[in-house]
Amino acid sequence: MSARGSLWQRIVGGLIGTLSLAALGGVSVSASAAPPPDFVEAIDVPWDAGGVLIVSWRVDGDPSAITGWLIERREEIDGAKWVTVSELPAAAREVTATKLSHDHAHRIRVTAFGESGQLSKGLETAPTLAHANFFIGAKLPLFVGILVVSTCVIVFILSARAGRPIKIRRIAALDAVDNAVGRATEMGRPILFIAGIQDMDNISTVAGITVLGHVAKTAAEYDATIEVPTSRSLVMEAARETVQASYLSAGRSDSYNPDLIRYITDEQFGFVAYVSGRMVREKPAACFYMGCFFAESLILSETGNSIGAIQIAGTAESTQLPFFVAACDYTLIGEEFFAASSYLSREPDQMGSLKGQDAAKLITAAAIVIGVVLATLASLAPDGAFPAALTWFKGVLGS
Amino acid sequence: MDGYGGIQVSGFVRFLESLDRRWIYLAMAIAVAGPIIYIGLTGKTLPETATPAAQAVFDAIEELPSGGHVLFSFDFDPASGGELIPMATSIVRQCAARGHKMVFIALWPLGAQLVDETIKRVITADYPHMKEGVDYINFGYQAGNEAVMKVMLTDFAKAFPNSSNGTPTTQIPVVHGVTRASDFPLLVTISAGYPGAKEWIQYVVSSSGGRIKMVTGCTGVQTPQLYPYYPTQLTGMLGAIKGAAEYESIVNDAICKAHPGTTTPAKYLEAQRRMGPQLGAHLLMVVLIILGNIAFFAQKRAAAGAKS
Amino acid sequence: MKRMIPMWIAIVAGFAMLFSAFFPVTESLGEIFGDMFNVVAAIAFILGAGSLAKINLAKVSRRDPGWGYAAVTLACFALTLAAGLGKIGAAPNPKFAALAWSGDERAEGALFGWIYESALVPITSTMFALLAFYVASAAFRAFRAKNIDAILLLSTAFIVLLGRTFAGVVLTGWFPDWASGLRLENFSVYIMQVFNTAGNRAIIIGIALGVAATSLRILLGVDRSWMGTGGSK
Repeated sequence: MSARGSLWQRIVGGLIGTLSLAALGGVSVSASAAPPPDFVEAIDVPWDAGGVLIVSWRVDGDPSAITGWLIERREEIDGAKWVTVSELPAAAREVTATKLSHDHAHRIRVTAFGESGQLSKGLETAPTLAHANFFIGAKLPLFVGILVVSTCVIVFILSARAGRPIKIRRIAALDAVDNAVGRATEMGRPILFIAGIQDMDNISTVAGITVLGHVAKTAAEYDATIEVPTSRSLVMEAARETVQASYLSAGRSDSYNPDLIRYITDEQFGFVAYVSGRMVREKPAACFYMGCFFAESLILSETGNSIGAIQIAGTAESTQLPFFVAACDYTLIGEEFFAASSYLSREPDQMGSLKGQDAAKLITAAAIVIGVVLATLASLAPDGAFPAALTWFKGVLGS
Repeated sequence: MDGYGGIQVSGFVRFLESLDRRWIYLAMAIAVAGPIIYIGLTGKTLPETATPAAQAVFDAIEELPSGGHVLFSFDFDPASGGELIPMATSIVRQCAARGHKMVFIALWPLGAQLVDETIKRVITADYPHMKEGVDYINFGYQAGNEAVMKVMLTDFAKAFPNSSNGTPTTQIPVVHGVTRASDFPLLVTISAGYPGAKEWIQYVVSSSGGRIKMVTGCTGVQTPQLYPYYPTQLTGMLGAIKGAAEYESIVNDAICKAHPGTTTPAKYLEAQRRMGPQLGAHLLMVVLIILGNIAFFAQKRAAAGAKS
Repeated sequence: MKRMIPMWIAIVAGFAMLFSAFFPVTESLGEIFGDMFNVVAAIAFILGAGSLAKINLAKVSRRDPGWGYAAVTLACFALTLAAGLGKIGAAPNPKFAALAWSGDERAEGALFGWIYESALVPITSTMFALLAFYVASAAFRAFRAKNIDAILLLSTAFIVLLGRTFAGVVLTGWFPDWASGLRLENFSVYIMQVFNTAGNRAIIIGIALGVAATSLRILLGVDRSWMGTGGSK
């Protein structure tokens, strides 16, 4: 719309300028006419999601009279009109046309602007289809990375199924879960579980809900009360299902009370105000913070500390980890949080996946070491083969 | 003096050991309120020297040719306004002074209201010649977090079909020629969390192939998380109120140099004024940490003495 | 069956989302599942609001301890909902002056806008400001020089705390130019950019692998504890 408006302005401006000049001194109109492009072609971008053409052109004549370029496209269907792709400065010789239909071919027209805004004769490309390829080539390194991580995980799961013993280091925070629940039972006070403040599309929330399943089962076995205030409705529904199933598997389905798992508000600090108030009034004996947290992490954990609750936190938000470490008794740091469900279940399949994760970490560490060595050598010997090797290595990693 | 495991420790140490946290709260209130009152009465602010990250924000806006498009994303809410509103105010002021075209969006529900307030505070009040729709526009809040960013990458009008006052995007002159996010040479995000600066880098800046420069103003908590991206994917960064104060002082100096004899209104000194309470709070924390360690070592010594 | 259906929905939706990032033919499938999530979340919001109303109404009617808070919650909920949906006090959009509901509920004069300005903004700012107090008490308790690691942490905290204020300039501003890197304001930036970035990257890589492994466990149906089946404890 804008380009079209601007085009009209240029045409009208050009006409006015030309007429004025002619009226004043009879200056030749062709003096400022821009030469049209001599060659133009459109190439479909290979291995992409489609809808993109790279348009390039050439001018053999004197380019000094050219003040800019108008690039237009037209779909090869009946009644289709020319639509502006972009207006470019005089030095441009290439443009990427995006948002093209995958279904029909397009013609691309390149026209030059003259000094007074006149347009040269346009040159069109042959109809070219910007088709979508089966695979997006630019994402190959990422795809290979996912395959490598997945293979590591699957291989170790199969190995665990075959009976190979798997040793996992102790995670004090997870060993303390039973103690925390037991303490709450002894004191006759409730357990508070917060699964973060994000929705179910956040993997940290899902990881938090998996830990909730284990905590709720232990609470059901000990006959302790567990409260789960949530800041998202969908999390409330998921938490209710999880806790109900945990009570069922512990054989205590009669003790399950859905009203203890309640939605409060999506508003971050409204939720914090409720939970903090609840903590001060009810004084839960154990508080679990497992999920995605932001500024509320310290407010919640300090309130929990002030009431003397045993506190266990887990989050993948690196910015909030220092606050949890300072105020909680135990903290699951980053990957430990995602390992919690497997660690607590002790199922061979899940333990195998943890081992696979470690193998993937080793491969990542090896790639970092190779990259660091190559980058160091490339900076020490910029004329040798190392810069090329570094560029190749970066290309392999897709960066 | 009082007994501790058979060894005497001073009453002061025992006081520290069993210090009620409300005393700390009171000390913090005084440490923050004192400088606020002093600066409020005297109008004096502390001098600031710009760090490279803050200078880079200023340079990115200065280097953009006058009339260039700047996309602002207000990804915060009033809760973090104390840190972020002064940054937003100064950045909008510099863009307005440079004559840039400003397009405002918000990915946080309450961000839209903050856009309106910033426009009123800076553009309407001090740059009345700038016209809504021609020089700036507020598209308001759009739900969807990263999904909105992804749509913007291919079709801006699809992500924001109307401005906040209901005008169709196709009829707004300031966005004529803008079809997708990469048509904005500069992206400014004022960020308090998710979605925010990190997501803009991951989904927009990385996908634009270097066509979009991005600068951000973020909360103190987010700053460490964003350093890994600076200066490659993130051209400049204002970290917390300190970054805001540094940047504010550069903008004020530049505007005063361009218009000699003008005085800087108080609304453009907010960040520098807030560095006073920050100084008080930080000094108190240093003192508290020292006191905590005095108590810790006294206790340790007493315990070791009792053992021997 | 109650377990199998959700598990298969998760598996199919998860793989569709994954493949849509790499294979253009499945792109629309990924978008469909994304839209479906938003629809489900919108429906769940009604359930959430219903739960909020039900629990608080029950509390008020039973005169449970603290029922007054529940009454205030319900009153505020109803008032804000009515102000937002009814656009009470919002002037119609000048372009559609004949339509009473065409105005912006957050505009000046609208009740919803007033609630936002006069209640929500100060309340959320107050809650956020509480952090200053909690940070101080947590620092007092947590920063103890128990060992070498803790001493390093403590020293770094001092440098960053002082370097981020004018105190850093006063204390070390006199350092000569050749030692300017040791001035607290510069050294704190160096710590943030180098040591902090290195540590952060290590944690981020660990988290990314953890996310990948967790996603894979769920996609392969190995981990079903999110459905509450629990472990084998």
